[in-house]
Amino acid sequence: MHKEFLMGNEAIAMGALAAGVNVVAGYPGTPSSEVLETVAKRRSRDVYVEWSVNEKAALELAAGAAYTGARTLVTMKQVGLNVASDPLMCLEYIGVKGGMVVLVADDPGPISSQTEQDTRQFAVYSKLPCFDPSSAQEAYEMIQEAFDYSEQYGTPVFFRPTTRVCHGYASVELKDQEQYHVNQPEGFVKDTSKWVIFPRLAFQNHMKIESRNEELVQVFSDYSRNAILSEDAQHGQCRNGIVASGISYTYACEAMEQLGHIRMLKVATPHPFPEQLALQFLEGLDEVLCIEELDPVLERAMLQVCGKHHCQVKVLGKLTHHVKNAGENTRDSVKKNIADFMGIPMEEAVDREVPPALPVRPPVLCAGCPHRASFYAVKQAMKGKKTIFCGDIGCYTLGNAMPLDMVDTCLCMGAGVNIAQGVGKVEPDTTCFAFVGDSTFFASAITGVVNAVYNQANMTLVVLDNSTTAMTGHQPHPGTGRTMMGEIVSKISIEAVLRGIGVETVETVNPLDLQQAVACVREVAAKPGVKAIIFKSPCIAVTKPRGCMNIDTEKCINCKKCIREIGCPALFVKDGQVTIDKSLCTGCGLCSQLCPVGAITGGESHE
Amino acid sequence: MNKNIVLCGVGGQGTVLASKLIAAAAMAADIPVMSAETIGMAQRGGSVFSHLRMGEGVYTPMIGEGEADLILGFEPGETVRMLPYLKKGGQVVVSNRPVMPVTASVSGSSYSGQDMLEYLERNVEHLMIVDTEKACEELGSAKVLNVLMLGAALKTDTLGLSKEAVEQVMLQRLPEKFHELNLSALNYFGA
Repeated sequence: MHKEFLMGNEAIAMGALAAGVNVVAGYPGTPSSEVLETVAKRRSRDVYVEWSVNEKAALELAAGAAYTGARTLVTMKQVGLNVASDPLMCLEYIGVKGGMVVLVADDPGPISSQTEQDTRQFAVYSKLPCFDPSSAQEAYEMIQEAFDYSEQYGTPVFFRPTTRVCHGYASVELKDQEQYHVNQPEGFVKDTSKWVIFPRLAFQNHMKIESRNEELVQVFSDYSRNAILSEDAQHGQCRNGIVASGISYTYACEAMEQLGHIRMLKVATPHPFPEQLALQFLEGLDEVLCIEELDPVLERAMLQVCGKHHCQVKVLGKLTHHVKNAGENTRDSVKKNIADFMGIPMEEAVDREVPPALPVRPPVLCAGCPHRASFYAVKQAMKGKKTIFCGDIGCYTLGNAMPLDMVDTCLCMGAGVNIAQGVGKVEPDTTCFAFVGDSTFFASAITGVVNAVYNQANMTLVVLDNSTTAMTGHQPHPGTGRTMMGEIVSKISIEAVLRGIGVETVETVNPLDLQQAVACVREVAAKPGVKAIIFKSPCIAVTKPRGCMNIDTEKCINCKKCIREIGCPALFVKDGQVTIDKSLCTGCGLCSQLCPVGAITGGESHE
Repeated sequence: MNKNIVLCGVGGQGTVLASKLIAAAAMAADIPVMSAETIGMAQRGGSVFSHLRMGEGVYTPMIGEGEADLILGFEPGETVRMLPYLKKGGQVVVSNRPVMPVTASVSGSSYSGQDMLEYLERNVEHLMIVDTEKACEELGSAKVLNVLMLGAALKTDTLGLSKEAVEQVMLQRLPEKFHELNLSALNYFGA
């Protein structure tokens, strides 16, 4: 054993490697992305790893590998599970041979997601067992156990950390490579009565799943990570108890270090719920408070246990408004919940004067980001026209901010294409645009374009091709020409894909050449049917800066048009003069192209 | 010894590396350490923070309000934002250089770093304001802000680590061509 300072996601990856995982696939999404990246970095050569085109492909690939007896891991964020849900719901009825762990990272807050959906709830719905770690160390150990349970019971299992577990760092004690489990897949054994889903098989397996989950209720009651933590000596007579899981469990531990320890039930497997253990915990209690994030999953399970066994215990939590029912729990919110529950007054915070108004810092497109130029070109070209700009998921969602204000809708991966189609069907006089990034295009926009073309839509598709998956940390995708195994492969051309679908007008243009970009948008938008513009310019994080812009203060009339129109973080006013922050400027030259007096020079020339 | 440290600033200022260096130095000294930081969308010019906790008996990387022994503030306004985390009698080390939010540039509203520093002076007993503007200019690089701030924190003796320990992990982790510059930054406030 040795210790390393690891992020929760890195610990999970190391745990999977220690469990002898053979195949790992996923699609990037905060807060899950580092798991697969760490596998790629730390794997031995015989572990296969890929960023798949989307979560559905990743899950299907992992299922196939698990059919052969390989141990497999699929990684995604919570909304990615929606994409993967079709194969997963069915896979539960078929089962697996090799251990298969479906890692879904939930995002309470949400901090960087569209929803606060709860994968524990999805576990109940899909009938999969679910593991919920509370720390990096526990996650490391628990994922190895998850592989064992998966293999023993022939079912995929959920492993569900949340953002603070994924992104928290700790010194984690790890196995040395010689201690790793080695899994040799047996290979696929043909058996149509097992691997081909038909209604009759689904019915038979449904019965098996239900009895397996009944068995797991008992098994998980004895699983050491589900535990009752005793009250301290002062609270021997206390008839109150806490139920908690995940990061909230650690917050509750910290709070009780300060407030005193009452009895606590730590739940590591929200599904199937460890019922016998819960009954043992409830013995002698009058009230329990459930502390969890997202949905009241533990609270409902406790209500069910109390109802089923006629326990006279009050169950408090989100449903009773004793714990907030949306957003993240914090150290302080949990401490207050527990103090209120124990009837202890909170100590006063340090008395300080009210601070001055603090700067608001919403996330913005980076200085030099080509998306800014793309949005600005479309905005200029469409000035005065009735338009809708349908956005999508990625860095370019930030095009919604002032002054660009170029995202009218955003829903989920790839949705913008058909939202634009829908608006256009009802409002034929609106010029409809759908913006989509290159990675999102491959992940889930292609079928949307097929739909729009075949069903005679009128819209302009704008592909913002920055040659990477920028928002989640620059993962490769089919347009980049490299894989996670380190191979250099043929790129899949977005333009060729669009032409293959039947999009006749496909124009590729550099958005940083403003004049040409605006002309291209005008020309393409005026054509009927589905047509496409590919704005091609690499993300500033994957390319070298072109230098830096300069402002000639003699020429500059301080009209501030550059600041007002494009909102570049490198442009600001200092002592009344528009100034360029040299540490941020990449020399993209967009500002110089809209300066009315030609006061900004440098960077790359677009003459 | 238990220490709770909050590092804060604006995305891109290098708070994460500073937090990693402190953690690595603690690990090298066999002190258990946990930390948490902002990752994802907020990194694009947003407010960022790291929580860092050293010592035994720690359950979670997150720090509660009123629990931080030290706030290492890379930006005046962001330091004020994190002040509720400071414990009574805790130390604040803050850079004097404000980072203008894009929203201020666009809407013309004013944000003054000076107002924030004055607020800190009135409300924090143990305050060290670091003239990073001048220091970065003298050192000839704005990229050493994080190491400068670490050097300043070591000077206040509230980090719970020796300068030698920090220096050692810094040299291990940074490419050799940056050693001299970062050593000067770490020692800028006195060897």
